[in-house]
Amino acid sequence: MREFGYHRAYDVAGALALLGADPDARFLGGGTNLVDLMKTGVERPASLVDVRELPLDGIEPTADGGLRIGATVTNSDLAAHPEVRRRYPALTQAVLAGASGQLRNMATVGGNLLQRTRCAYFTDVTQACNKRVPGSGCPAIEGEHHNHAVLGASEHCVAVHPSDMGVALTAFDATVTYETPDGPGRSPLTDFYLPVADTPHQETVLPPGALITGVTLPPAPVAARSRYRKVRERASYAFAIGSVAAALDVRDGVVQDVRLALGAVASRPWRARTAERALAGAPAGAETFAAAADAELAAARPLPHNGYKVTLMRNLIVAVLTELAEEAAR
Amino acid sequence: MTTTTTGTPTTPKQSVGTAHTRVDGYEKVTGSARYAGEIPFADLAHGWLAVSTVARGRIRSVDDEPVLRMPGVITVLHHGNAPRLNTEYIGMLGAPPDPTCAVFQHDRVPHLGWPVALVVAETPEQAREAAEALAVHYDREPHDVALSATRTDTHPVDGFMPAVTEKGDLEAELAASDVVLDAEYTTPEEHHSMMEPHAATALWDGGRLEVIDSNQGATWVGSELAKLFSLEPDAVRVRSEHVGGGFGSKGVRAHQVAAVMAATALDRPVRVVMTRRQMFSLTGYRSPTIQRVRLGASADGRLRALEHSAVNLTSTVFDFVEPAAGPARVMYGAEAHHTANRIVRLDVPTPTFMRAPGEAPGSFALESAFDELAEKCGLDPIELRLRNEPDRGPVSGLPFSSRNLRACFDEGARRFGWAGRDPRPGVRRDGRWLLGTGTAAGSFSAGAAPSTAVATAEADGTFTVRIAAADIGTGARTALTLLAADALEVAPDRVKMRIGDSDFGPAWLAGGSMGTRSWGWAVTIAASELKERLALGADIPPEGITVRSDTTEALQALTQKERHSFCAQFAEVAVDVTTGEVRVRRMLGIFAAGRIVNPLTARSQLVGGMTWGISMALHEEAVRDPATGGLYGADLAGYHVATNADVAEIEADWVADPDPDDPVGLKGIGEIGIVGAAAAIANAVWHATGVRHRNLPIRPDRVLQAVTGAPDA
Repeated sequence: MREFGYHRAYDVAGALALLGADPDARFLGGGTNLVDLMKTGVERPASLVDVRELPLDGIEPTADGGLRIGATVTNSDLAAHPEVRRRYPALTQAVLAGASGQLRNMATVGGNLLQRTRCAYFTDVTQACNKRVPGSGCPAIEGEHHNHAVLGASEHCVAVHPSDMGVALTAFDATVTYETPDGPGRSPLTDFYLPVADTPHQETVLPPGALITGVTLPPAPVAARSRYRKVRERASYAFAIGSVAAALDVRDGVVQDVRLALGAVASRPWRARTAERALAGAPAGAETFAAAADAELAAARPLPHNGYKVTLMRNLIVAVLTELAEEAAR
Repeated sequence: MTTTTTGTPTTPKQSVGTAHTRVDGYEKVTGSARYAGEIPFADLAHGWLAVSTVARGRIRSVDDEPVLRMPGVITVLHHGNAPRLNTEYIGMLGAPPDPTCAVFQHDRVPHLGWPVALVVAETPEQAREAAEALAVHYDREPHDVALSATRTDTHPVDGFMPAVTEKGDLEAELAASDVVLDAEYTTPEEHHSMMEPHAATALWDGGRLEVIDSNQGATWVGSELAKLFSLEPDAVRVRSEHVGGGFGSKGVRAHQVAAVMAATALDRPVRVVMTRRQMFSLTGYRSPTIQRVRLGASADGRLRALEHSAVNLTSTVFDFVEPAAGPARVMYGAEAHHTANRIVRLDVPTPTFMRAPGEAPGSFALESAFDELAEKCGLDPIELRLRNEPDRGPVSGLPFSSRNLRACFDEGARRFGWAGRDPRPGVRRDGRWLLGTGTAAGSFSAGAAPSTAVATAEADGTFTVRIAAADIGTGARTALTLLAADALEVAPDRVKMRIGDSDFGPAWLAGGSMGTRSWGWAVTIAASELKERLALGADIPPEGITVRSDTTEALQALTQKERHSFCAQFAEVAVDVTTGEVRVRRMLGIFAAGRIVNPLTARSQLVGGMTWGISMALHEEAVRDPATGGLYGADLAGYHVATNADVAEIEADWVADPDPDDPVGLKGIGEIGIVGAAAAIANAVWHATGVRHRNLPIRPDRVLQAVTGAPDA
């Protein structure tokens, strides 16, 4: 393991300056992913800039009725926050579906969005991987890919984004805010992750040296009735093989409003806009839900060993929407 | 001078059979118990293994010059400069050494992750950085790592039992059977995944080699190291005070041998600790198996024909047999009874013993097949098994020392609520979950091996017992304390049990479910004889009164019998066929496993084995990538074992089954807990869904595809 420097920042300007001073530096949040990657040699930063002491650990209502979540809020605090639980219950459920209690106490919102794929070709430095070493190839396509992407992948990379939290945030139109030495910036989470194309190593729109300062959730009354369901290979402490974040407003048997995002199917949390369009104004029911799921999944391009994900996602979408519709009818 | 007179009659209550917390529990939960990798030494250097990145080939060169200039690096050992080892010997287990532990002897690379060098530096970080920077150049050769049922290059190998047994005319009996089952079952590559990684520190002290290690037998590892390095047996001392799990993988491995080489070359203490990833290629594993079971029965379920043939893989350097066809030789009789264990040599690491070798995968196939046969015969699965209870060894013809499988099923069925079970599959529902129940039988051999113990009456009225036993988390230290206390007729808190030191004299290892029984026998004899000596009423001198025991002759006097533990496993599962999720809602295991020394730790051990069964049924699978020849995701993030959330209601209990030939009535409980557990779960999944899963693990994608009929699994 390479020796590295460690600096702690106390304000955003200081953090940006510390990072800017070393082209090989990385921000350190909870370290629950970065430190693992440093141990295995995937990441080899010359120094770490610890941002956990920055004043970015608050969750506050916005003037328009949304929520602003600071970048260093821990997963545990986010999941437990009364306004998150009340207004965006699927976000709490998503966070609690991830990792373990100890990890959630450490992991931060900003770090969660920037965590790397768990594709084991990526995490094993003895293997080829276009994401880790551009141009070296993607062994997953011909090799092990049971838990790889069925949507939005390319011939250069079929890895999936591992976040649960990000799926719920994507469903609820979250916007990522960040600071750079040249000033602040913002990006809707749906645009935050770059298409895979032939540059899988370029993962986000963040400019070099940028620091995520928080995530803003717009008001979304529909989200008050929302759900996150995650399927994984054991009951706890595993990444999803498929997950759904959904919110549904049904009145008089008709879908008034809907939010739908899918996890573990693509290089980013997948906002299911095709399905949403198919659902809007349609009669709420299993047939509509299945047709919407099929419309979304028509774009799926499964590999030889992950075709089950298409079936799984279709079933999950129908099951979660049905549950929400039944809840609304009560 | 203080002397204490003993001989005062004491009337302590019997300790064996009552629950006792671990004698080392306080140390373990407070962290004061030191494990092999954390014991401090002055002037300690740290070795880091560099392993091959090709699956087959030759090392062309090891480019150690740049690495030797890196900060803190002291030396690099590799095949070009390492001392020669002696591998021409038969070890304590009756087999030659697996050349996997004889590191740096030649330029051949037989699998990916093979040790090619040890980098020694002042700190572990420096050693790791240098080892990972070490450039090793290979002449790569094509590799073959694919195990399949269609391979023609399999061959029978005996291992620790005959490869092949054949009795009767199989085809004739199958032809004459009313009901025939012919099915293939597979189990994947599985890894021990104990919490504590392999770690050893080697040093020379006054002309003796001392190794502080984490292992399953100090005598075992010490004797192997002595032979490998051509040292006198007395010139090696191995200590292994606390061990954070072993499950079969903690014998002689690359890390101890490399540490001894480096400590010898540098004349200073050297520690080598493996990473989790290295453990996946260097410490053994359970081979995947492909098993075919053919059963032929009369309409009433009585077997006429039984065939169980199993194939496992091994490395190109050592033949290890995973004898999955073995359990049928104990469990069920038939007019025609054929079993065979075959292996195929591939460019993979050598597999090894892993908790219930043979019985764990073998019972999955055999007990699944029995469930399928019960379905075909229209019989209750328990009734089918009871109708086929043999009164003698089905192959050996020998009598059983005791066989209480029927009692296990009676008690288990009563407590699980088996009576009145609707045999139809796929008809019980709880919301999105389909529910089902399943059962399976199991056995594991019961034995003992020669051991020695030393019991001392101290002048202060306490007792010290020394034996080179290993407590790998089982609670052996506590069990032996209770056995010694009963033999001495004193309370356990007057006995200090010292274990894990080869200087205490030869003893068996924590393996084969024979540890506590083998050591317990020696401890009981030594303590009993000491008790007799003390009964003479002599004063105890300052150095105490010491008695030694050796069970070699007592064990040789045992008559040949079929000696086994038995069990009946029960499981209830919930399956969501729309997502593929399987949850085990409750499990019950009832065991006939000899007299139980400490019910508290015994229950933990049996529940631990059953939890392994859940893991085996639903989670564990090491995936080998044919392109590289290595594992995909060789870490505990990629290799899933059951979490707490996967283990709901789980209960283990036992029936009276004292072994008539053991001084205390012991058999052994280390492995029987897993046997049959995965089959009980798979049978319950069938009962829930109507779909038979013959390939483990029962992953969500397999459940989903079994329902949709999709081809890929």
